[in-house]
Amino acid sequence: MSDALHRVPLHARHVELGGRMVPFAGFEMPVQYQGIKDEHLAVRSSAGLFDVSHMGEVEVRGPDAIAAVDALVTNNVRGLVDGQALYTVMCAPDGGIVDDLIVYRLAEDHVFICVNAANRHKDVAFMREYLPSLNATLEDTSDAYVQLALQGPKAEALLQPLVSDAELSAVKFFRCAWMHVAGVNALVARTGYTGEDGFELYIPAEGGATIFDALVERYVPEDLTMCGLGARDTLRLEARLPLYGQDLSAQINPLEAGLSWVVKLDAGHDFVGKAALEAIKAKGVARRLRGFKLEGRGVLRPGYPIFVDDAQVGELTSGGYAPTLDASIGLGYIDTEHTDVERAEVEIRGRRLPVQVSKKPFYSRPR
Amino acid sequence: MQLPDSFRYSKDHEWVSDQGDGTVLVGITHYAQDALGDIVFVELPEVGAELSAEDDFGVVESVKTVSDVYAPVSGEVVAINDALEDAPELVNESPYEKGWIVRIKLSDPGEINALMDAAGYEAFLNDGES
Repeated sequence: MSDALHRVPLHARHVELGGRMVPFAGFEMPVQYQGIKDEHLAVRSSAGLFDVSHMGEVEVRGPDAIAAVDALVTNNVRGLVDGQALYTVMCAPDGGIVDDLIVYRLAEDHVFICVNAANRHKDVAFMREYLPSLNATLEDTSDAYVQLALQGPKAEALLQPLVSDAELSAVKFFRCAWMHVAGVNALVARTGYTGEDGFELYIPAEGGATIFDALVERYVPEDLTMCGLGARDTLRLEARLPLYGQDLSAQINPLEAGLSWVVKLDAGHDFVGKAALEAIKAKGVARRLRGFKLEGRGVLRPGYPIFVDDAQVGELTSGGYAPTLDASIGLGYIDTEHTDVERAEVEIRGRRLPVQVSKKPFYSRPR
Repeated sequence: MQLPDSFRYSKDHEWVSDQGDGTVLVGITHYAQDALGDIVFVELPEVGAELSAEDDFGVVESVKTVSDVYAPVSGEVVAINDALEDAPELVNESPYEKGWIVRIKLSDPGEINALMDAAGYEAFLNDGES
């Protein structure tokens, strides 16, 4: 069984550093090192290093690269400048979400896309099916990159001494640039999935270990904490960042997921799912994503039903313990007529417990 | 891996410590708490609850997962570890002492003998891992 799992290039290093390896999206990935709570809090207060090489990369090249990607995703790629990133979703013709992704415009003729690990093959097939017949080619380059995420308030201060040819302070939020890190040319993006400042590094696979080792040897454990996917999940949940497969899926459209801001119906060009999303918008959505915070003791989990006045009005899609808040939080969908309630109940093993309902992130970093 | 010699162990990774007065303390093993990771909530039964061996009587929740706790022996719950309500992490920090979960008054003292001793549990763990 485990033979079928892919190993990331840095697998042996994770084991050596005490990473607990678990199956995740077809890969063997570290879920934690010393413990999820400690790792989570380290990212909020200092910095954490995640190997997220399981994520997929797709590159579109050619004179029409930007127009081609614009035909696949809901957000407006042609508004980007070189070195700018964009969060977006890709929708099926019925408006259901195929994946959420980050699109980087590297050049006029080169778009770099980061997709969810579990969706990589589905996404590439979808992209090939719907890629317009323009002058652009699409390639799955996932295996060519090691992807590291360096996240936390100290991320810039820790990374800068390893960079020889760029000022990180010039790389603003959702911007990226190629630069030499520990002598390796890597694409450094000021993006992430933790709610903190930080960087995602896309490193040509053969150079991944050089940058990883440089960061680990210089900073772990004093200023930098090795983090697994467990902390990545609790961090993203506090920051109210949705997770594909739970909060987003083919049965959910971006308008109900609170992602209207990435759906550019007036951008003046067509994309897959546009007609369906226009119809959904005109009719109004039936449910919306909300955040829930448990008032008492216990832990919210995906699948738990949500009640308002004895009527079930929805279900949690994410849930867990939030170390920064020392409380349990969740995300879930509730019927539109109840989305303005401030309190509701969630049923945990047959008992209904009060929750606060919110439209905002549970945690926002101080700026 | 800590495994007190005088304790008995179940295949569901609970431990039983005979208090010598017809009652036992029950908790989860070092192995179980380590596998679960950071424990953030323990759902305790009511004092007075009557349990049959293998009934689920509580829930231990870590950051990542929910895990039922099963009664290793039959009897009445005569005490619960209230300290876990405010400090569930005691199960991680002190699984065999401060992290005990319930005290059960045995209805059939012979049931203890059906559980594994430390050597047997260690062999059981090693089998599972091989």
